[in-house]
Amino acid sequence: MIHVSATPVLALRGASKRFGAVQALTDVHLEVHAGEVVALVGDNGAGKSTLVKAIAGVHPIDEGVVEWEGRPVSISKPHDAQELGVATVYQDLALCDNLDVVGNLYLGRELRRRGVLDEVTMEQKARELLSTLSIRIPSVRIPIAGLSGGQRQVVAIARALIGDPKIVILDEPTAALGVEQTAQVLDLVERLRERGLGVILISHNMADVKAVADTVAVLRLGKNNGTFPVKDTSHEEIIAAITGATDNAVTRRAERRTTEAAK
Amino acid sequence: MSDTTKTPTPKGTVPAAAEDPTAAAVAAPAVDPRLLVREEGFKGYITEFKRKVKGGELGSIPVVVGLIVIATVFQLNNDRFLSADNLSNIGYYMAATGMLAIGLVFVLLLGEIDLSVGSVSGLASAVFAVVVTKHGMDAWLALLLTIVTGVAIGALHGWFFARIGVPAFVVTLAGFLGWNGLMLWLLGSSGTINIPSDDGPVSLLGKSSFLLDQDIVGAYLLAGLAVLSLLVGSFMDQRRRRAAGVPFRPTSEIVLRVVALAVVAFAAAVMFNNSAGVPNALVIFLVCLVIIDFVLRRTSFGRKVFAVGGGVEAARRAGINVELVRITVFAIAGGFAALGGMFFAGQTSSATMLAGGGNTLMLAIAAAVIGGTSLFGGRGTVWSALLGMLVIQSISTGLSLLNMEASIQYMITGAVLLGAVVIDSVSRRSQKAAGRA
Repeated sequence: MIHVSATPVLALRGASKRFGAVQALTDVHLEVHAGEVVALVGDNGAGKSTLVKAIAGVHPIDEGVVEWEGRPVSISKPHDAQELGVATVYQDLALCDNLDVVGNLYLGRELRRRGVLDEVTMEQKARELLSTLSIRIPSVRIPIAGLSGGQRQVVAIARALIGDPKIVILDEPTAALGVEQTAQVLDLVERLRERGLGVILISHNMADVKAVADTVAVLRLGKNNGTFPVKDTSHEEIIAAITGATDNAVTRRAERRTTEAAK
Repeated sequence: MSDTTKTPTPKGTVPAAAEDPTAAAVAAPAVDPRLLVREEGFKGYITEFKRKVKGGELGSIPVVVGLIVIATVFQLNNDRFLSADNLSNIGYYMAATGMLAIGLVFVLLLGEIDLSVGSVSGLASAVFAVVVTKHGMDAWLALLLTIVTGVAIGALHGWFFARIGVPAFVVTLAGFLGWNGLMLWLLGSSGTINIPSDDGPVSLLGKSSFLLDQDIVGAYLLAGLAVLSLLVGSFMDQRRRRAAGVPFRPTSEIVLRVVALAVVAFAAAVMFNNSAGVPNALVIFLVCLVIIDFVLRRTSFGRKVFAVGGGVEAARRAGINVELVRITVFAIAGGFAALGGMFFAGQTSSATMLAGGGNTLMLAIAAAVIGGTSLFGGRGTVWSALLGMLVIQSISTGLSLLNMEASIQYMITGAVLLGAVVIDSVSRRSQKAAGRA
């Protein structure tokens, strides 16, 4: 980990969100510092997606405060989040298959020169960006359809960086990837941290979390269930926080195995 | 690129090599070894060409093959087919349906269809005829009104599709019937309104209106302008790209392209001059093609159209106003349909009950698809309107040279349309297999 500043870039304090009769988030706290990877974990329905959508401005929170670099802000639509510097990478449907890599990277914020698309500068900058992230793609001028799943995911993440964000939210970036592609994406996450960005990583994969995250924030049933520094926390402790008990199927099994091994 | 990614290379995708400083080598435009690089020169063209065809990127091959077959068959049956007069006829008559096809290219790029363009073109000519002959409106003002009518109708279709969520197919099918009905109502009992064609847009689009009053300079001027702009544009682009350190087109390729265009353009110019000159309708059609090509390839709006056609959800997340793009595209299609209607009116100097009916719509769709614009959205260029119309108009001119009945013409056109869609579907499938769609 590089330097972590005292004031978090993004902080949620007492965030709550209701959908009809469902209390999706209750009094949730979350802090993300510059140069920090925060893994957001929890079982299905724990509120991870709701929390991320709240930060991204898709579903604004009902109660609570969002602080950006120490001052309270209101994020009520996706545009607000983008203006602040929050970039969200969704796990699917993020790219247009028929456009080339450059076209996708700059989609929605094309560079123009005298009112005309400035393909040359866009291509030049795209190559620079991809090379600083050590992303290797055969050519920035081939359609996305010609890339592998892992390459698409890194392009999607690189795309989030075009707008110079301060916080990048990755929604299960490795869910559909193979071993090698996963490693590529995790490498990229580390490079984002080196650039001083705050990263919120949603993942069900504990190995990924342990590999790249600095902090693990656990959600359970819409509430905080502990925030752990990754390097001092064991796998089991995180699992326990996710499932909400130290006595559950996972720990019982682990115990059984240790006692068996002791025999 | 599936065939290339499997090839193990020293610079492959091994993440362990992430610290590898070769990334710095990007300063010089290094080419990834996984990419099937085109060799310089003529041999490179052939390898690249073979690979593309295998991958299903047929481009304009079906059109060229089709044109050769059509020309051979008709020439064998009637030796007037390849005469300058007949070819010049094809050039004139293809402009009207071609205008409809330009609008359809936009709609097809979204992956949608507009079945109303034929009816809208008929309605447009009726609107023009009524306001000019019955209300004595100035012809150019009436032209503007006609185009605005087309745009408004298209925007209405787009609104129903984008906002209400009615499938475009159904909205425009309703339009197909409804606007045809409105046209019949406007024309009233007489069924035909003759439009004075001494001057104004109708005379400009008429069969005896030529660029620079048939001066042979006109055709050469056009051809020269086209060749020169390609030459200058390509070299300027090459210089900027070279300066920016991104891959650029080699000089040999630019020369080859320019020479190819020059051969085609000047051959066409000589042919038109052997006949009567370049029809103004064709000139306007070509100008529209150039403008629209620019809009589609070089502006943000064009990029948005392709993005929505390639992935609606991705486009939406990129902050593109999908609804607005859809409405605009249908409005453009309506506008071009109205313009096309004026071209039809120019052909006959009248607005008739038959205008925009019959197989007009089918021919326009067939032209766009034959030219290489995919029915599935996101792939195509506006030049497909030109290439496709060459095929379609050659067929229909050839058939009328042979005095074929309408029944035969319809069957052949239907078969050609089906063939074009089959080629599109098959090429899309092989593109998928080659990881390019």
